[in-house]
Amino acid sequence: MEKLSFQFKTEKPAGGTRPQALVGVVASGNLEVLLERVLPTDACSIDIATAAHGFGTVWQAVVADFVSRRAAGGLRISVNDGGARPDTVALRLAQAVRLIEEPEA
Amino acid sequence: MSVTATHNAGNLSWYEASARQRVAALADAGSFVEFIGPEQREMSPHLAVFGLPEQFDDGMIIGSTKLDGRDVLVAAQEGRFMGGAFGEVHGAKLTGLLRAASALKRDVLILFDTGGVRLQEANAGELAIAEIMRALIEARRAGCKVIGLIGGRAGCYGGGSLIAGCCARLIVSEQGRLSVSGPEVIETNRGVEEFDSRDRALVWRTMGGKHRYLIGGADILVDDDATAFREAAIAALRATGGFDLAVLTAEQQRLEHRLGRFGAMRDAVDIWTGLGIVQPARLPELATEDFLQQVQGKREAADDAR
Repeated sequence: MEKLSFQFKTEKPAGGTRPQALVGVVASGNLEVLLERVLPTDACSIDIATAAHGFGTVWQAVVADFVSRRAAGGLRISVNDGGARPDTVALRLAQAVRLIEEPEA
Repeated sequence: MSVTATHNAGNLSWYEASARQRVAALADAGSFVEFIGPEQREMSPHLAVFGLPEQFDDGMIIGSTKLDGRDVLVAAQEGRFMGGAFGEVHGAKLTGLLRAASALKRDVLILFDTGGVRLQEANAGELAIAEIMRALIEARRAGCKVIGLIGGRAGCYGGGSLIAGCCARLIVSEQGRLSVSGPEVIETNRGVEEFDSRDRALVWRTMGGKHRYLIGGADILVDDDATAFREAAIAALRATGGFDLAVLTAEQQRLEHRLGRFGAMRDAVDIWTGLGIVQPARLPELATEDFLQQVQGKREAADDAR
């Protein structure tokens, strides 16, 4: 298992008021993304546990792209990865940040 | 059918949905409160040893909710994570929920989606199955109804099928397979002449929801639709039924009678013929409503112990 950790300074805080959001499942080619609104609004952390070793630079590129495009301030993001492709990772991150923006049920 | 992050109970395929989508579609809107949620990170202590990825909820979602205004406890297995298999934490969450049911006198819904015990933590998983069955029986003795819902990708196999057999009522869709040994297990152990696991029609007519309904292994057959499962669960919670020695003795007699009636038969179609169903070979292709009409009054009773 490879563990990766990234810290970012963010421009915009995440929208909405939900304290957390979870999307995806850990399966072959899939991943789960847990968002928790627990950090200062100008910070975002992303912790990844992945079974596929040696893809740190790809992860770096995907998460940096995500943080630059989406409002992710204040989020502690945790990922359990089952060997997902970069496009699937980007999709799940986008779904998760959309879900935490939704009004609370 | 596509799966989206937001649920739409109107047209949600139970088979395609995730465990969380099923819970959201089953429950009264906004009423679900999760116990030991993913943020608590109660994950398997065994998977990392094998270099396997963990899931924050260990593939088991438990909590309390309202169903048609009634307080119930609910558990849902995520069939796509490790095939919905029972491990130490996964099982302990369901055991705890069933013990809470006894204490709180709450009915329980179990949304099965499982291949059985997780091989990587087999001893803990087998123990979990035993603990769950004991807690389930104790909950039923305390007067709680425990209802099983089966219609997921992984079906309900192995230890999961034993737990299902302890439930008061089982709701199943045609897609929801229920069997102790899975197709590949039977083929591996007894040979392809005994069971060809690649013959999907054989798998479905032997283990699928329609057959289980016909031989009294399941109580309610529904479409592969979250709303249909919800309505059936509401109806199952209203049903009355005791759980004492007389009921179990009657169930034992029913099973002995069933074994005598069908035990020598080689194929499900022979059993359907034996039940007196007209054009039995056509049953797999019938829509649920037509199927129920076709078999009305012909199926084996299911309602003795459940």
